[in-house]
This record gives sequence, C-alpha cells and structure tokens, in this order.
Amino acid sequence: MQVNDLNRVLPDIVESIRSNRRVLARLLTRVINRQADEALAALYPFTGQAHVIGVTGAPGTGKSSLVSALAHYYRGEKRTVGIVAVDPTSPFSGGAILGDRIRMYDLAGDPGVFIRSMATRGALGGLAAATGDVMRVLDAAGFDVILIETVGAGQSEVDIAQTAQTTLVVEAPGFGDDIQAIKAGILEIADILVVNKADHPDAPNTVRALRAMLDLGHRAERTLHHGYLLSGHLPDQRLPDENNAWQTPIVQTIATGATIESVAGISELAAQITAHRAYLQSSGTLATRQQANLNCEITDRLRDALLTQLLDNVDPVQLSDLMTQVTTRTLDPASVVRLLLAQFNG
Amino acid sequence: MNDPKQRKIRVLVAKPGLDGHDRGAKVIARALRDAGMEVIYTGLRQTPEMIVEAALQEDVDVIGLSILSGAHMTLTPRIMALMKANGLDDVKLIIGGIIPDDDIPELKKIGVSAIFGPGASMELIVEQVRQVAGERP
Repeated sequence: MQVNDLNRVLPDIVESIRSNRRVLARLLTRVINRQADEALAALYPFTGQAHVIGVTGAPGTGKSSLVSALAHYYRGEKRTVGIVAVDPTSPFSGGAILGDRIRMYDLAGDPGVFIRSMATRGALGGLAAATGDVMRVLDAAGFDVILIETVGAGQSEVDIAQTAQTTLVVEAPGFGDDIQAIKAGILEIADILVVNKADHPDAPNTVRALRAMLDLGHRAERTLHHGYLLSGHLPDQRLPDENNAWQTPIVQTIATGATIESVAGISELAAQITAHRAYLQSSGTLATRQQANLNCEITDRLRDALLTQLLDNVDPVQLSDLMTQVTTRTLDPASVVRLLLAQFNG
Repeated sequence: MNDPKQRKIRVLVAKPGLDGHDRGAKVIARALRDAGMEVIYTGLRQTPEMIVEAALQEDVDVIGLSILSGAHMTLTPRIMALMKANGLDDVKLIIGGIIPDDDIPELKKIGVSAIFGPGASMELIVEQVRQVAGERP
C-alpha cells in the first residue's frame, strides 16, 4: 500500500484521511514522531470543527470506562467520535504499556469511532507533546466529538485545559478528605466534575466535599490564580458578567454498565457537556479560550524551538566542562545559564 | 531515551478467543515495555476483527497473539486474512502459547513471523520482535 509514502497523498491529505483509516493511522504515527509538519500545516485550515472534551483524574477513577460510555452515547446520536488515550512512558526504559483500549473493547468494529493510544514520551503535564497535533488531525478527519483521556493525573497535570474546550475532572470515592478538594490544581480546571463509581457507599461524602469546595470560591477569583500558577497562561476563564458565570456542575456516574441503558448518569453528563458548549459559545468564552490556548501553544513551541537551537549551538566540550564546574561547586547553575545565553546572543 | 522524535516499536499484545489466562501475555507486554517498546494491551477475549481493527488504528509494527486454547489453527488464518483485507500486509504477526510442533510449518506458511512455546526466553522474544519490526518499511 502506498500509504507509507505520505508525501504522495499530501496534495489531497484531507480527503485521504477522511476516506482511508489506514492513511489516518499512518499519519498519526508520523505526527507522534514529529515528522509531519507539512501535513499538519495543510490540515490546519480544516480544524476547529470538533467539540474537544478532555477527561482527566487520578488513576483508577474510571476515565477510560467513562470515555467509552460517552463515545457510545454520542454514537447513539449519530455523531462520530475520535478518542486519544494517553498513558505514561517509563522514565527508565522509554517503553510504555498503553492499556486504555481494554475498557473500550465494545467500541470495536464501529467505523464511526477511531481510537489512538499514545505514550507521554517524557512530557509531564498529563498529555504527550504531540497530543494537540493528534487531536487536530482527528478534527480535520471530520470526527464530530474528540475525547482526550489524560494519564492518571494527580494534582498538577493541567495541560488538558489548554487543549480541550470542555474539561471533565473525574473523581472517585475514597480518594482523600476535603482538604484535598480545596488544594490548587486539577480540580480548578474542571468545567464539569464527575464523581464516578457513584454506587460506592462513600460517594455522598465525595460529592459533599466537592460541593463545599465549589461553594468556597467563585470562579472569577479562582481563575485569576491560574495564570499565576501555571507556566503559561491558562485559557482565560474570567467572566466579565458574574450573572452569566458557568457554575461547575457535579455529575454522578457509574460508568461500568455493559450497555448505555445500564450506565448511570451518562445522559446527564452528556447534557452538561452540551450545556457547557452552549455556554462557551453564547458567552464568547469559546473564542477567548481558543485565543489563549493558541497563545500558550505558540509560546510553548517557541520555547522548545529556541532551546533546541540554543543547545545545538553549544560546544559539547564546553558544556561538559561547565557541568563539571557545577558538580564541583565552583560555578552555580544560574551563572551557567547566564553565560550560555550571553554567548548565544553575542 | 525519551526523545519524542525517536521512532518507537509499537506492538499490539492480544488474546483472541475464549481462554481466560492472560498472565503470559502480561509478562510479555511488560518485557517489551522494559525493552523500550510501546505496547498496546487490549485484554482478554478479543475477536479477530477487534484485533485487526486495533492494529490498524494504532498503526503497530507487530501483532503478538497469546493463544493457549488450542484454537490457533482457526484464529490465526482468520486474523491473517483480515490483516490482508485491511491492507496490513507490512504488519508482522507473532504467536506465543501452546502450539504443537506439527502446526508450526502450516502457521509459517500462512505468514506468521515467529512462534514461541513454553520455555522461550524473554531475551529471545524481545530480540525477535525487534528483528521483525525492523523489517517493516
């Protein structure tokens, strides 16, 4: 099959990825390996159509099962679904076990669903560096809804909020007390909070703790901290009109039902996702968020590119010499940076 | 080691059919991970259709099947045919499990790249996966 030579399909890349899943799959590999700049540039004008939903939360809270249930729900509405599932890369071997498909087995054989697993490959924000590009390819391929599942996230893996339009933070009963709920980080990025495994006896306590957390602060204040907390600027969620503010809902689900009918809470969750989308559009937040996301992305890419360029220009012998001086404590790390920067600029 | 531009070998580890013993598949998945590969683990009771569909979407270099049920002469040709039908001619198929010696020539003939029985060493399996993955364009 000629799909190995993606350059040949480049002139009609959009048509190719829409009509041939094998071309789509091969392109995604190239995107993940960062070897598809031309194709991404060609696809970019065709992106921005899909509703991108991020699903994050601690390991074992039921993210994959929930993604599967949501995908079934959307398929019932005849909407096509692209899924990107991220699992961690081993920092030691560089290998990874990508196991999210296990919970999505019953989506197999549906041509309206495309699932791609990816490994973080060293990225620490809960996504892989190429997740945003993978999402764009699926968007250009015409999927109506794109579900992005992050790695099992703790308290600070908040990159998903810069990628998705609607972010679900999934909690499960028994994961810590109400102090956890008022800490900064992942709970703050939730557009919708999901308490999964709601049949667990401890679920009402979890819901209560989360509700108390939500009641403590209103969104305008919380989000002011975002830009401060994070390296980039998080999508601006500050709301000009308090009366028009999005109230983060808490939805209880039991995602493990075998059929859509037996999955509790999923239609309510889908309704909240739709409501959030409508809110984003009517309030103008969608545009401002997108703008902020793109600003973040360009800053990130620029940082990476500059760093690569700078490091490429450093003489490895000099670098190793400087490292030795730092190790022997004759020079401090900040001075090394100043020195290298001065050299680069001069 | 985690250079994002580095091409990683991607392997789908799957258990087709109805036997419910997946310890071996998990041990293999873990060993391949430790060898620096990205392993998509799909779990138990996969149909040939599910396996080939997953291999296509994940664009894997190698499909590894674990079969202990004795159904390998039924499942393997079916999977091979589906791979061809879906244009996965360049994806390699390997099998591990309880495979009688008498069946090996027939499996090789239909295109299985490697077959591992009980006692195959982890080093050998990792090495062979690397080798067959390297043959992919």
